[in-house]
This record gives sequence, structure tokens and C-alpha cells, in this order.
Amino acid sequence: MTTQPLLSVKNLKVHFYTLRGIVHALERVAFELNRQETLGLAGETGCGKSVTARAILRLIDPPGRIISGSIIFEGRDILTIDEAEVRDIRGSQISMIMQEPKMSLNPVIRVGDQVAETLLIHDRSLNRRSARRQAVDMLAQLGIPDPTRMAQRYPHELSGGMSQRIMIAMMLVTRPKLLIADEPTSALDVTIQAQILALMQTLVSEIQTSVLMITHDLGVMAETCERVAVMYAGDMVEVGSVHNVLKHPQHPYTQGLLQTVPDKANPDQPLFSIEGNVPSLLEPQTNCRFAPRCAHVMDRCKREIPPVYNLNGDHQAACFLHDGSPEAQAV
Amino acid sequence: MNVTHAIDKNEARRRRWEARRRYLKDSYILWRRNRLMVVGTCIIVFLLLVAAFAPLLATHDSYEQILPDRLLAPSTKHYFGTDGLGRDIYSRVVYGSRVTLTIACLVAAISTPLGLVIGVFAGYVGGAIDEILMRLSDVFLAFPKLILAIAFAAALGPGVENAIVAISVANWPSYARLARAETLGVRNNDYIQVIRSMGASNLRIMVGHITPMCLSSIIVRLSLDMGTIILTAAGLGFLGLGAQPPTPEWGLMVSDGRQFLVDQWWVSTLPGIAILIVVMGFNLMGDGIRDILDPHQRQS
Amino acid sequence: MQNKTNIPAKTLLRIEDLHVHFPIREGMLKRQHASVKAVNGISFTLERGDVFGLVGESGCGKTTLGRAVVGLAPVTSGDIYFNGQRIVGLTGREAYERARHIQLIFQDPYSSLHPRKTVCDLVGVGLKLHDLAEGYEIDERVLALLNRVGFSIEHMYRYAHEFSGGQRQRIALARALILQPELLILDEPTSALDVSVQAQILNLLKELQSEFHLTYLFISHDLGVVRYMSNRIGVMYLGSMVETGLTNDIFYRPQHPYTRVLLSSLPSIDPDTPHIGILLEGDPPTPINPPPGCPFAPRCPECKDRCRIDKPELVQHGQDSTHFAACHFPHLE
Repeated sequence: MTTQPLLSVKNLKVHFYTLRGIVHALERVAFELNRQETLGLAGETGCGKSVTARAILRLIDPPGRIISGSIIFEGRDILTIDEAEVRDIRGSQISMIMQEPKMSLNPVIRVGDQVAETLLIHDRSLNRRSARRQAVDMLAQLGIPDPTRMAQRYPHELSGGMSQRIMIAMMLVTRPKLLIADEPTSALDVTIQAQILALMQTLVSEIQTSVLMITHDLGVMAETCERVAVMYAGDMVEVGSVHNVLKHPQHPYTQGLLQTVPDKANPDQPLFSIEGNVPSLLEPQTNCRFAPRCAHVMDRCKREIPPVYNLNGDHQAACFLHDGSPEAQAV
Repeated sequence: MNVTHAIDKNEARRRRWEARRRYLKDSYILWRRNRLMVVGTCIIVFLLLVAAFAPLLATHDSYEQILPDRLLAPSTKHYFGTDGLGRDIYSRVVYGSRVTLTIACLVAAISTPLGLVIGVFAGYVGGAIDEILMRLSDVFLAFPKLILAIAFAAALGPGVENAIVAISVANWPSYARLARAETLGVRNNDYIQVIRSMGASNLRIMVGHITPMCLSSIIVRLSLDMGTIILTAAGLGFLGLGAQPPTPEWGLMVSDGRQFLVDQWWVSTLPGIAILIVVMGFNLMGDGIRDILDPHQRQS
Repeated sequence: MQNKTNIPAKTLLRIEDLHVHFPIREGMLKRQHASVKAVNGISFTLERGDVFGLVGESGCGKTTLGRAVVGLAPVTSGDIYFNGQRIVGLTGREAYERARHIQLIFQDPYSSLHPRKTVCDLVGVGLKLHDLAEGYEIDERVLALLNRVGFSIEHMYRYAHEFSGGQRQRIALARALILQPELLILDEPTSALDVSVQAQILNLLKELQSEFHLTYLFISHDLGVVRYMSNRIGVMYLGSMVETGLTNDIFYRPQHPYTRVLLSSLPSIDPDTPHIGILLEGDPPTPINPPPGCPFAPRCPECKDRCRIDKPELVQHGQDSTHFAACHFPHLE
């Protein structure tokens, strides 16, 4: 790659110190996000997708702690700069959209004021009136009919889809360089989901923002992302272009995950299912986390952590099946 | 998949018992983790022991008046000194723990089931019955508990039994309110709907499925209220509406000593400290019980 | 009770012009000033052994419909026949008897299990309620069923909070099956689960269906899941059934514009197939005051004048005698 990526996460390790012991929530997370690219972060509940997102904003609260790694955003390591600088980045350069739009909006403040508020936080020179005007402009840009009246409403008067649109307005009004969308459409119906995804795609290209799209829905991922990273139990198992990962998955977990989707399955045959359960994260990683459930498991999978192998094109997988391929640079 | 059709009775019994033991073990861990609760529990256990072994711990007869020995300062002979009639305060405090415990336990035994039944019923049935029962409880809640208890005690006449009834009557509405609130929260939950759709009767749902969900908050509330109950009982005693002389009741003892407060401080103060410690013990324990009974605590 | 209606025993469940309206009361006097028409005139039949998939977006009334069948939602008008018996508004003994034969599985496995009971108590409750077993016989039968859904005696006396979502859903299944019901209403049984867990549950559901001779009413918003599970599908919009038919007919020859929109909104996991979605304008209208004509008219890309005034009936348009659509201008090949 010729240009420096916008965000590069390396060897990120996050642990949670709970009563039951140390939860190794993230063990080895590494990916790069290029400018104006949409990267999908896929994986199942508890695999660490949302923890990764929060770590990027340095929003890991006790009992969680970022143990090691680096998150280089625009040449700065978010993990080492001081709190004031991080606060400055949050919201203005990196914004985050949450899953439950209704929960993320303050119920007693008019939505227009909430959108304006994000502007005011980051630009002291702005006065309230022009912030409001910009907020209304943003709503108009989102294709919301009658934006001036919409700005006067309270969140409870809005539908789920409209709330999510307001959230998107709030997050994009500062024109951030990176938008983290944590399951932005999981709480919405399919027809509304289609609207929101289309809207996000248009806006993202207009504002020229990069997107980190966190979703468990592989269909959404296939439609919106250019590159995909797959996580399993706190470990990054496969990264690559959406075509490579979803059409030619190279890690047994990704292969299994794609086969469990019932969309195209033959109803007369049982669905493919990955046997076994997600491992406990209380133990530190000493082997391939997927080994106990893997159909292609080898002895060394149970003993060693597989390195990340570079495959053809934009494609990496952490699996011993690809031993012999060049290893990716130590992260 | 092979289907086992028989289960060994002993095996089942053992597993059931194991599950219960695991639950207790988790409770113990949660209990130990909360230091204040440990302190509170120790105080209450201590109180129970004192009440149980009062005859062994007491150094004197709690009723015997030795007028020449009146108003003696604390000494090795009279640990807490003597009162205006020459009675040994230490022995009276020790015996007084029995009176206090009796009042507290009986009030709890009367007012909580009453409040629970009324609250769950009102919350589950709803409608006009709910309105009537809750307006009734509002009437009670409109007055401070002590005032209400004083009114009832005055109407019923002085005495420990009447004090117990008076405090219970003043107390039940708060449990009814709590139980109703919990019931409303639980009533429409999926697991209640499931059991309804399986054909369970309303009585069964209320008793078997909703009441257990209310119990924990009621128990927490009760243990926090224990202090107030004891204080109310002491207050009634102090005002001459509760226990009657010469019963060794702590509130009464504080009242008796108030004429000597300046020169013979121990007559009032030491029973007062006993009240303080016990009330604190119940409060500390109540806070901890809440943590233990919360199923969410067990997940983490 | 006598079988008054003359329908073949093949039909297990028949719903006729069902309405479920919830009054909205406001103000001091609690006067009713409007009602939510959650289910607004629905008819369909379920044959024994069917898996009938009911799809639609949130608020379309599919959950209410399922609840009305088990008696958890009040029926305003219309009839539900189960095994030829009318089961609307049953009380006392009859409701209790009906409860044995129709079971409901809820969407959220976290809230459908009582938090203070052990698995054995949770699953065995049906046996106790209906006096089908007592003492250790309960434990025995519970264990047999738990084994079937993939648990061992290890799990039998644990509390629900010790289990994951997929495990909880299997416990809920065991609880429903212990009464040997004929009809199982599955209300979004996998939408709270991850795909890999979903696959396990769906496989289990299919196995159980043939093993226990069950009929499913499978409610879901996920078209992929419904296609995989059902042999017949009903599409609901705003309290009305807009299209019913065999699964393949619905998926490959959809007639109603809403079904077509729904199918095209489904994201495909194939990144190379360009996806042409039909985007809908606006949000679904509320079921408080549904439009007088076709419920879908205000958002329909092909809406004509007639659609706004005249509510279309669910009738056969094409050649298939099983394929019905409620549209004045259906898509026919």
C-alpha cells in the first residue's frame, strides 16, 4: 500500500478483571483501515467486536484494561496520547453509532439541539444559532422531509428508523474521518435497514469518511463493506477484501460461519452447524481458539498460536492450514 | 442421541442437593466479600446469642430493686451502673434484648405477609381492587410511622402486645406498595406469560411465580426496616405507650434515665447505645442481603 | 365438546377473520378514544404437520396473532378453531385443556425463563400443572427430554442464569414439549441468537418436528430462516395478511408489491451479486389508524387511486390454487 492507512490497530490486547478471574476479551486484534474505505468487523456475540470499537475511542472502563498494542490514528497512537487529546478526537474525528438508537438519544432534548450539541462541543467559536442551522442542514442532507420541524421534535416522537437517522446526523455533522457503526441496523426492520444502509453509503462518500462497520449480519457486510475482518473469541482469524473473505474464506471458522446462514440452504438438508461452544475467555490464549471446534484440527493447533499468513491478494488468515505461505509481518 | 429413561432416585436427590449447596456457596462468597455485611451479621448473631443466654450473662436480677445502690456509676460490680431504683442496668440491657427481638420479630411476622399478600394481589388483579387497596395504603403512608403507631397504641391501650399490633398496622402499607411495584414489573414478563399459556391458575401464578420474585426486595426492605421497628418500639416505650415498667425495654430505660441525664449519664446512654448498635447491625445486613439475593450478582 | 363445524381432521388450526384491537385509554375517565388494530381481519388454516412461516416487520401484528392463539391476547372478533373446536374466549377447564395442546416459544430466551427456578423445575412445571406426573417421575421425564435437546443430568438442577442464549432456548423447547403439544407457536425463536447457534436450534426444531409430529406456526422477520423452515408462508403488513402461498411461490413468484420489497431488501451474503433493492419511502404507518384502502398503499411504489379507497381481499390471482394475494394489481407472470 502506498499511502499510510487512516487507522492501524496492532496487537491489541484488552483484559477484564472480573470476580471470576481475568477475561481475555481481546488477545490479538490487528487490522488496518484505509482512507475512505468501509471495513466490516464480523463475529458472534462475545467475540470482542464492540470491545474493539470502544478501545479505538479509548472508552474501556474498569474493570477492563487495555494491556498492550497500539492504535495509530492519523499518525498518533490513541493509547499513549493524553486524555484531553482523546476527548478532542472523540466525536470530531472518530464518531460512533450505537445499535439502539432510542437509547443513545437523550429523551428530554430536542433532536436538533442534540445534533447541534456535538458541533458546539468541538468548535467553541460556533454560536448556538449557527450550530442549529448546520444541524438542520445536516438533517436536510440526510433526506429527512421538513428538517426544520424535525429538529424541533423529541426522540420519543420518532420511529426507530428516524432515530437512527438522527444518530447518523449527530455523528456525521462534525465530518469525522472515521465512523464506527456498531450494529447500526440490527434493531431495525429489513425495509428500514435497506434505507439506512443506502443513506449511510451516500453520506459516507459525500463526506469522504472511512467506516468501521461492526455487524453479525454477513449479508449487511457483503453489501456495504470493501474489506472484512473476522473475529473469533477475541482473536482476529481472517482479514481481507470482501470478495476474498466471503467468496473464498480461508479460515475454517469463516467457512463454517458462512455455511450456517440459512438464506440459500437446501431446506431438505440439515443446516451446517459448528459443533461445540465458544471457549471460555478466562484462560489466556495458548493455541488456536477455534481448535476444539475445527474440522481440520491438527496437533499443533492445540499447542501453538497460529501466526497470521499472507495469502494471495488482500487476504490474511491465522490458520496452520496455510503453513508455507509467507507470514505476515510481526505485529 | 440416546435417550435415558430412568434416573436413579439417589442420583437425583444428590444432584438437587448439590445444586442447593452450590447456591449457598455462592451466597457465602458474596457475603464474605461485603465486609460491612459481615459486621452487620455479627452484630445480629451477637444479639441473638445475648437474648438466648440472657440468664447466664446477666449478673443480677433485672427486676430486683436495691434502693441503697441507686444511681451507681459503672464499676466491676455493676458493669453499666444502676438506675434510679437501684436495678443493674447491664442485666436489664441483656434481658431487654429479648423484648426488643420479640417485638421486631412479631412485627415482621405480621406486617410482611400481610403487605405481601395485599401487594401481590392488588398488583396482579389490577383495576378497581388495586385502586381501593392502594388508596387505603396511601392513607396509612400519609402519616409518619411513629405518629401512626402512637395513635394506634393510644387507642389500643399501653402494653407490649398492643405496641406490636400498632407498629404492624403502621408498617404493612410500605410492604404492600413494594410488593405491588414488583408484581407490576414481573406480571407481564415472558416467563409469567409462558406459565399462563400452559394453563396455570391465577392463584398458582401469584403464589408460585410472582411471590418469589417479590420476596428478595421485601426481605431487603424488612431488614432495613428492622431498625425503624426497634426505634418505633423504643419510642412507644419512651412515651409510655409501649412496654410498661418494670419491663426491661430499652426505649423505656432511656426514658427512665432522662431525669438523670446530666449527672448520671449512663442510665439513659447505655441502653441508647444498645439500640444504636442493633439498628446499625440490621441496616448493614439489609444492604448486603440485597446484593446476595440479586441473581445478576451471581453472573459476574 | 362437540365438533360442530364440519372440517376435515387434517386441519389443525383455522383462523377466521380474526381481529385483535387494543383500546387506548387516556385521561381521567379512562375513556377509549382510539384502538391499536394489531390484528385486523386475518384468516388462514394450518394443516397438521405444516410449518407455516409468518413474516412481517415489527408492529405488523404477527406476535399478537401468535399470542391470540394461546389466549394471551384478547380477541375482539373472529374465530380460532383448533382441531375443529372453537377456542376463542375459553375459560376455566376448557382453557386449561387447550393449554396442553398449544405451546408458545418466546423470542427472548433471557426473559422467558424464571430466574429463581432450576432447569428441572422450569421444564417440569407443565407436568405438575396438568397432574401428568409427580415426584421422581417428573425428574425422569424431564431428564429424558433434556437429553433429547442436548443436555445431561449435569445441567438439570442449575439455574437459568448459568446458561447461554442458545442453551436457554433449548430449555424453553423442552419445557414446551413435555406436554406433548400438537401445535408449537415459535415467536422469533432464533432472532436473539448468533447465526451459528441459530443453525443448531433450527436443525433441532426440524428434527423435533418429525419426531414429535408437531405443527409449527413459525413467526419471524428473517426471510432466510423462514424460507429454510417453512413449507407455507404468510406475509403480514399492518395487521393484515397480504400474501400467502407455498414457500417457493412466495420466494420465486411473489405477487404482492410488499412481498417483493421485502425480498429485495434482504441483503445477500454474496458480495459479487449486485444488489438492486427496492427502497421504500417513509416508515410503516401506525396500526392505530390504518388507511382505509390497502394497508400498504401509502408506501407502495405501484400505488394507484383504487388502492387508497378499496381494501383488496386475499384471493387467488395466478394459476396456483394455494397462492393468494391481497392486491388489486398483483404481479403475475
